[in-house]
Amino acid sequence: MRLVRPYGDTIDDGAVQLSFTLPMPWSEAADEAARQLVGKMGFSDAAVVEGRSIASNFSLFVVYAHTPASVDVSQITVDAPAPHAMSLDEVDAFIRREFRRKLVVAGACIGTDAHTVGIDAIMNMKGCHGDYGLERYHELEAYNLGSQVSAEELVRFAQERRVDVLLASQVVTQKGSDVRTFTALAELVEAEGLRERVVLICGGPRVTNLLAQELGFDAGFGRGTLPSEVATFFVHRLREKLLYARA
Amino acid sequence: MELRVDSLRVDRCRSLARSIADPVHGFIAAHSTVSVERAVLRLLGIDGVVGEEIPLANAVLERLDEGQRALGAARWIGAGVAETGHTPPDVAREVVEGRLALETLEMTPPEMARAVLRPLVVEALDRVRARRTERETALMRLPQGEPPLLYVIVASGNIYEDRVAAVAAAEAGAQIIAVIRSTGQSLLDYVPYGATTEGFGGTYATQENFRIMRAALDEVSERLGRYVMLTNYASGLCMPEIAAMAAIERLDMLLNDSMYGILFRDINMKRTFVDQHFSRMLNAAAGIVINTGEDNYLTTADAVEQAPAVLASQFINEEFAHRAGMPDAQIGLGDAYEIDPALTDGFLYQVAQAQLARQIFPHAPLKYMPPTKHMTGNIFKGHLMDAMFNLTSVMTGQTIHLCGMMTEAIHTPFLGDRALSLENARYVMNSARHFGDEIVVKPDGIIDRRARWVLEECERHLERVAERGLMAAIEAKAFADVSRAPEGGRGVEGVFAKAPAYWNPFEEALHPAEMAR
Repeated sequence: MRLVRPYGDTIDDGAVQLSFTLPMPWSEAADEAARQLVGKMGFSDAAVVEGRSIASNFSLFVVYAHTPASVDVSQITVDAPAPHAMSLDEVDAFIRREFRRKLVVAGACIGTDAHTVGIDAIMNMKGCHGDYGLERYHELEAYNLGSQVSAEELVRFAQERRVDVLLASQVVTQKGSDVRTFTALAELVEAEGLRERVVLICGGPRVTNLLAQELGFDAGFGRGTLPSEVATFFVHRLREKLLYARA
Repeated sequence: MELRVDSLRVDRCRSLARSIADPVHGFIAAHSTVSVERAVLRLLGIDGVVGEEIPLANAVLERLDEGQRALGAARWIGAGVAETGHTPPDVAREVVEGRLALETLEMTPPEMARAVLRPLVVEALDRVRARRTERETALMRLPQGEPPLLYVIVASGNIYEDRVAAVAAAEAGAQIIAVIRSTGQSLLDYVPYGATTEGFGGTYATQENFRIMRAALDEVSERLGRYVMLTNYASGLCMPEIAAMAAIERLDMLLNDSMYGILFRDINMKRTFVDQHFSRMLNAAAGIVINTGEDNYLTTADAVEQAPAVLASQFINEEFAHRAGMPDAQIGLGDAYEIDPALTDGFLYQVAQAQLARQIFPHAPLKYMPPTKHMTGNIFKGHLMDAMFNLTSVMTGQTIHLCGMMTEAIHTPFLGDRALSLENARYVMNSARHFGDEIVVKPDGIIDRRARWVLEECERHLERVAERGLMAAIEAKAFADVSRAPEGGRGVEGVFAKAPAYWNPFEEALHPAEMAR
């Protein structure tokens, strides 16, 4: 068992910083409201270090406080989809060796979402953080379908081009719209009978691998994912699928 | 601060932009679109919905067959008014409900239809000009303060919640409020109706929502003693209609850029070039400042490499705006602070680019966008990046300043995020107010060389685009690394060739010289 709690300047002091807005004009009473609120959150020794008016009916606070809570980190397991990413050359070599053909990958920003920053970072030639995008891989035939692509369009494309890997991205997460859209895609892929041979992946700043699997995807990738991590995952998963299909 | 800018090269860039716009303009002059026609109807007061929330303007267009449509919608309304003596909205309803047969209206001599409608067109344009005068008077009485003008977005999806956020932002120092549209709206081929309380990543642009927000901002403007501007998006498939609605409801600015729709929303280029021209004619008349979307090129492609393409697009956008009758003071050309923060001397590159645009377009109210692409969950670093952006903006004299949010990469802004962002901008801009006037750029230093390189490459980029033609160049990924085909994309079915007897009375009234040609 190994318990950890936040570290301010001394082990186990439990110090945290909080900032929030209250819908009330600022006054001494507003500061006190903020302090009591933080107490009700379970913190102790709340100190409102800043409280001020930011509009006629709103006040902003910065509060320091201490938490008695801790977690046992020895009990934590996380399911990371790609712990050790292969390089572009290694992925290309893996594809040549295992599949003896190019793999077809299609990606899109689905639903009504128009924010392509995530799918572009993974697919565009240039990639991100010095890691080349999927378009650069010699053994991948990569199609970036852009933004606001419906689940139907993406699945139709997958059928026409015999796609091996589908990447669906969503950045906008307002009121659970991303979950609904991802779910619709997973259901359609299943209904069209593609689930057995296509690796289905979702991505976005709020996506976790756990959520993705709950929604019926093979994996989910969140913020900071590199193209090579995605590629490493899907070449392995596709090989598993094919082995399973043959067996 | 003054860069040495090769004015002959700038002249050559402008002349290349003219030769790029020429063939596109030929296409524009010979075509109209369903949304241009619907904008004409809206200007004539044809508002409201029929049946299951179908806007009346759309319903009228649906009644017209291809041959009838090619004559322009105004001809039919004019004929209806001539025959019945009713108002255009009544005529529209009668046509839609089948009480007034188009076959009957075919008999009305076109000259009579035109003569009857012209006074109503004059009245409609007088209403638009009256709103413009209202703005000009308000700005004299309630001066908005010096630029960079602080611009923030509200985007709750609910217009009433947006109103609360907008008023709070104005109180915290915002000078311009943008209501971000619901993320799917650009692809709708109609404008939703009435006040709306649900949207994704934004709030639907409707005429009623415009009215609600304008009224709230007018009230807070009076209270604060400074005029707070309102902006929205005349982009997507309903570009000209939104421009018409904005003119009627006294919005002050509009994002209005074909290239943005083509590249980032996959809207058909022919459709949106035609739509843009009429939109800009209306914006010119309404005194609305347009914002262009070059900044978006930098979010998908590399900001260091794309700088010449941004400048090239600014030249092209300027040329298209001039052709629609817009003066420089209404052309808010876009750029953004998107260079990777890890790049050594990246700040110097940003300063070079921003100052270059300032000097090349001295009278344009340049729109400067904050970092977005390299913003992460590290809000503390994000706040610092925004401060560097704020410094660049004030020292290079940008005009329309989109305040960066430290939570950019996380969620649509919290109310407190906006207040912190405005505080950041006001602090930096006040503290460095005249910094730009005090410094001299080192000849042949990093900034000077960068600016020269950008302008040289921009000229080469324009040469390549001119050689291929704009439409083919877009297909060949000349902008933002995105390829779009001239016949591809959404909305192409709404483009049609004008018949010889085509008539758009607003185009005629706003551009008499061109129509005579």
